[in-house]
Amino acid sequence: MRYLAQRLLHSILLLLGVSIFSFAILQLAPGDFFTPLSVNPQISAHTVATLRSQYGLDKPFPIRYEHWLHSVFRGDLGVSFAYGTPVAPLLAVRARNTLLLTGLSLFLAWMLAIPFGIWTAARRGKWSDRAGGIVTSSLLTIPDLVLFLALLLVAVRTGWFPTGGMMSPGFDDLSIGGKVQDLATHLFLPCLGLVLATLPPLVRHVRSAMIEVLEAPFVRAARAHGIPERRILLRYALPVAANPLITLFGYSIAGMLSASLLVEVVLSWPGVGPLLVDAILAKDVYVVVGAVMLSSVFLVAGNLVADALLFATDPRIRTEQIN
Amino acid sequence: MTHHRKLVWSAAVLAAFSCVILFAGFFAPYDFAAQDRDTPFAPPTAIHFMDASGRLHVRPFVYGPRDSAQTPPIAEAASVQPYPLRWFVPGAPYKIAGVFTSRTHLFGVAQPARIFLMGSDAYGRDQFSRFLYGGQISLLAGLIAAILSVSIGILAGGIAGYYGGWLDEILMRGGELFLALPWLYLLFAMRAALPLHISQWQVFLLLISVMGLIGWARPARLIRGVVLSAKERNFVLAARGFGASDAYLLRRHVLPQTYAVLLTQITLLVPQYVLAEVTLTFLGLGVGEPMPSWGALLSSLQQYSVLSSYWWMFLPALLLIPLFVVFYAAADALQELHKSVPL
Repeated sequence: MRYLAQRLLHSILLLLGVSIFSFAILQLAPGDFFTPLSVNPQISAHTVATLRSQYGLDKPFPIRYEHWLHSVFRGDLGVSFAYGTPVAPLLAVRARNTLLLTGLSLFLAWMLAIPFGIWTAARRGKWSDRAGGIVTSSLLTIPDLVLFLALLLVAVRTGWFPTGGMMSPGFDDLSIGGKVQDLATHLFLPCLGLVLATLPPLVRHVRSAMIEVLEAPFVRAARAHGIPERRILLRYALPVAANPLITLFGYSIAGMLSASLLVEVVLSWPGVGPLLVDAILAKDVYVVVGAVMLSSVFLVAGNLVADALLFATDPRIRTEQIN
Repeated sequence: MTHHRKLVWSAAVLAAFSCVILFAGFFAPYDFAAQDRDTPFAPPTAIHFMDASGRLHVRPFVYGPRDSAQTPPIAEAASVQPYPLRWFVPGAPYKIAGVFTSRTHLFGVAQPARIFLMGSDAYGRDQFSRFLYGGQISLLAGLIAAILSVSIGILAGGIAGYYGGWLDEILMRGGELFLALPWLYLLFAMRAALPLHISQWQVFLLLISVMGLIGWARPARLIRGVVLSAKERNFVLAARGFGASDAYLLRRHVLPQTYAVLLTQITLLVPQYVLAEVTLTFLGLGVGEPMPSWGALLSSLQQYSVLSSYWWMFLPALLLIPLFVVFYAAADALQELHKSVPL
């Protein structure tokens, strides 16, 4: 348990570091949300100053950061200047949508990567392995943006899929089945984009981890005992190869979140991405900080899950603390 | 040896491409900002060898503009005059390396005909010329940002690896912070800190520094690893025994061992930063009009109407793929080479 407690403490420190860092760089910015107002001759300098002090923008950095920390514990994450509401409820809806999209894509990507990686590792050097290698490396060279634009092109040209949004206009009137179907058609393209963007490196890692294990002496011994190849792959080699892959799982969340930001903007999925881009353009500081923090929380949570999984699957970590 | 050959090939292709981009003014038939309001969204100009009467031309030619009032059907294209493609034609003046002014372009057609190899955009600007000029912005941004990242990486990784102790601890913990964040979010957060309404050159420089600042952690980690093992090597220990100073040891013995890693990292980082620039500009956070960066070329695709009706607007995006293939091939070959060559 000490291992997990240590990891948890580490994550909390990391989140604190990220919040100070993102706050500090936003502090460096010349101008704020109210700068465009102060240029407007219709609005007096006094009004702008009042607005600034109302939102605490005239305070020095440590005090603003302290205020923000208080707001985190209150659970509202500060105020959005553009929407005039607390940031937390604004983010919550977007976070749900992003989580739905990235969670599903992450699940699908791994569910595809593991069997595909094992299969190509087992057939190493054969033509099917080489073909798989060509497919993954060519997918790897297509920039995410180009891939997503191509998907948008497909949606626009064929009309088979909606070009954006999460649900059709009459969504509330649909039956449960209809709702699921409507959501699925909206999810399809963003999800496909994310899976295609993150799959190739995952497959490569699964393949190389498996190959490394398959070359180990104990696998040769198992073969010599006449244990069937399928059993060797799944029962003997896979659990050993799982270790680096679980660590990779934590990192793959970061890749997924970055790709998701882009896919959400290009394919108009109402997640955190479009909100963040608008907030940056409007200098809506607390929304930006909130979105960056949210992504870090997702990431840290994912890494914690990976750590817990490692703890559960790798006896070496458990014995380390006994010694 | 095969990795060596791969490296030579990819380096040659990259050098040739860089030359074309560097002398964009010569290779592009038009200026990047030259507008032709009569031909918005013109499709790529067809280059013919055979005219409507079936006569073969030695010199390829394009058809001149049609009277837009009539918009003649294809059969009437025969009545349109052919304009042969000419080499080394005089055209709009441009600057070579920012110093010499020249008017000679590699190819072109006589007015009023136009040659749009990749079609034209909403203002009738030649996409091909804009792609070449855009490469100057995007590739330069990628290159400078990569060098910046690697420089900070040498500094941080070298200090952390060589001196160790609490310096190492602080630098590597700080690096973890940068590695742990989804980089696109981080890039956005840093971009948010910058003023939105400043001159294009300032945006360009800021963009480079933001990207370069974000990416230092990975090279720093790798360099730290190399330095850690390098400083324990016998010849380094021997030099230290002879009384060599830290600065001398770092400069002459330790840092030269990191060069292979540095070169690989730069080759990997350049396409990544080019892509970062493209993404930021695409989202309206990078360099804007009239500067033709690759991201700006793609940003028109955000309009569904453009995406669905004018397929050639997608061409710049597709052209990025082979470029990235070459970059990755070079990085791959470098990695394999320095793995097989003992340091």
